[in-house]
Amino acid sequence: MKKVYINGSGTISSQKTFDNSEFLEEVTTYNDTVIPAVNPVYKDFIPGSAARRMAKGVKMGVVASNLAMQEAELESVDAIITGTGMGCVVDSEKFLSKLIDDNEQFLTPTSFIQSTHNTVGGQIALGIQCKGYNFTYVHSSVSFESALLDAQLQLINEEEKNILIGGVDEIGAHTTKVHGLVGHIKEENTETFSVLKSNTSGAVCSEGASFFVLSSEKQESTYAEVVAVQTFNTLSKENLQTTLNSFLMEHGLNVSTIDLIVLGNNGDVDYDQYYNLLVEGAFSEKQQVYYKHLSGEHNTVSSFGFWLGAKILKTQTVPAETRLNQKQINSIKTVLLYNQYRGENHSFTILKQC
Amino acid sequence: MGKGVAITGMGIISAIGNNVEENYNSLISSNKGISRISKIDTIHKDDIMVGEISFTNKELEKLLGLSSDNNYSRTALLGLVAAKEAVKEAGILDISEYKTGLISATSVGGMDMTEKFYYDYIESNTNRKYIEGHHAGDSTQKIAEELGIKESLVTTISTACSSAANAIMYGARLIKAGKLDRVVVGGADCLSKFTINGFKTLMILSDTYNTPFDENRKGLNLGEAAAFLVLESDALVAKENKKVLAYVKGYGNANDAYHQTASSENGDGATLAMEKALKVANLQAEDIDYINAHGTATGNNDLSEGRAILRVFKENVPDFSSTKPYTGHTLAAAGGIEAVYSILALQRNIIFPNLNFKTPMKEFAIIPQTELKKKELNTILSNSLGFGGNCSTVIFSKG
Repeated sequence: MKKVYINGSGTISSQKTFDNSEFLEEVTTYNDTVIPAVNPVYKDFIPGSAARRMAKGVKMGVVASNLAMQEAELESVDAIITGTGMGCVVDSEKFLSKLIDDNEQFLTPTSFIQSTHNTVGGQIALGIQCKGYNFTYVHSSVSFESALLDAQLQLINEEEKNILIGGVDEIGAHTTKVHGLVGHIKEENTETFSVLKSNTSGAVCSEGASFFVLSSEKQESTYAEVVAVQTFNTLSKENLQTTLNSFLMEHGLNVSTIDLIVLGNNGDVDYDQYYNLLVEGAFSEKQQVYYKHLSGEHNTVSSFGFWLGAKILKTQTVPAETRLNQKQINSIKTVLLYNQYRGENHSFTILKQC
Repeated sequence: MGKGVAITGMGIISAIGNNVEENYNSLISSNKGISRISKIDTIHKDDIMVGEISFTNKELEKLLGLSSDNNYSRTALLGLVAAKEAVKEAGILDISEYKTGLISATSVGGMDMTEKFYYDYIESNTNRKYIEGHHAGDSTQKIAEELGIKESLVTTISTACSSAANAIMYGARLIKAGKLDRVVVGGADCLSKFTINGFKTLMILSDTYNTPFDENRKGLNLGEAAAFLVLESDALVAKENKKVLAYVKGYGNANDAYHQTASSENGDGATLAMEKALKVANLQAEDIDYINAHGTATGNNDLSEGRAILRVFKENVPDFSSTKPYTGHTLAAAGGIEAVYSILALQRNIIFPNLNFKTPMKEFAIIPQTELKKKELNTILSNSLGFGGNCSTVIFSKG
């Protein structure tokens, strides 16, 4: 069985993360309920005429995947596996509002064509002429992890050598508005470094794309090894620690062998207890890192956490703004990622230094 | 890969029946489920025909015993009906006894409710319970809960019209890798104004009965449906002495990388998908007894798919037919529906006819099977091709 390595990455988020030579050196702070992604210069990657037709999610996905392949020094890959929780909401909203406003008349196909969930995966394939396996997972906060697991299975079984995976979600005005109405988004503006202590319901909503080249061979650009990933549709607080213990044990690990934990807390007072159980429990003496105060929350933002964990392992540095506690160790070898959204769709991921 | 991954249960609801038996009876009596649309008030109602399921949402809720404050989209309602039948037929009494997952597929998700209450959500709080039901994973999450699948692998695939075929493929992969002992796989999609108008703008909706592989085909009929299979590991089948309906013998997915919606003229993606599936199954083209084609009856699909079939099978194209004239094109569910039909064909040694066919296409000489045909069937290949260049093939066999 082959191993799985992260050989390239590209991340577009509410922070300036698209430059792989930097690592959160300048943090952008917000005081809002919805925070957009910081745009790279899209026309450096996509011809202007094509870029104008693309919604932000497609552009972010195309550029992030481009950056990841550049870093891995690849022109194309064997397969493309995308995760997106909400899909192409901008074009869906555009088509649907016009449909309703004009009573099903005067519609044009462009926004319908670009509204399907596999638009990003399809556009990336089209751009690099990749005729290989192409899947899109659309299951809320485990969309990215589903793509990761699928890629891992194919790489360890030597079905493919290089697979592009990624998570992408974009902000849609109507979608954001109605999710605000049901309390999924915070009502009050929340300052970046106050997100976790906000003591309010909902999250700060955002958008972004993180893509990675996963390969069965290690190379100069390798960030880390992906050891394991597992997802759970439900998980009770009572079973969280025991489920995590069995997951670690299955991969020859236990809590004491984890050097650092990357947590998906988003400051939603109704659901952050899951993270607090680990922070105050088994991982209280471990180095703890969080990121959603910087990235905001969206269905595939755990791919930002995956980028953060991989980058920490590669650079052996922990950005000060991501530290949740004061614990520090000299050598970070094994990282655990934990994420859930609104108490459902939990995931554990283990990354290891190469 | 030996026998392949065992299928121990199946369930379906479509325009030609509310369960497996009803679907089979319609298939053998050439009973089409295509009609004018009755449940959606669209200005196109006199210009299109659809494969609509006769139950109303209220009737489905009652059938499923859901409380009145439920927030099920029609996709979730249809999905649950089919998934429950599949699990029942597999003889599963305690689903948590073995590591069981769920992989579903959908393209519209909860769009039927979103389009109904789009502005209403902002003005009043009466229907806001459906907001959470919009995203594609919601119906899957609900089906898992109702089936009793907890703390397990549950996910959703959305690759347009190949979605359910991909769910079957991924489920088989998970069983082979030992990640799960058992997995429920399939897909669900309901009719919506969104998809009706989307396909209308692409000008590929027929105003009459769809006629796959016919020279004068005018486009597709949209349909709504759900279908699920239960896949189980060899160890579990042996231990529980399970009756196996058929096996998932091979699978392949490839991308056309040609156009966001249209298929390439020579069917590159479909050719690759069929070749990959044959390789995984360790079979040759001549081992295929029947092809359940995607055959949507659009000008583009049937030409591209037909050419791909010719590229793979050359001068020995086996019997093939599209069952879309019965059900319409059920989008993300299609690969699941046609998996059930392929298994029925294997079980009963019968090929279901490609209805409505009259005139051969001028581009090639292959002609679909147009009459019900009794024939010993051991291996069936099923195609599902979709937007985004997504092409999938699944091979089913008796053993």
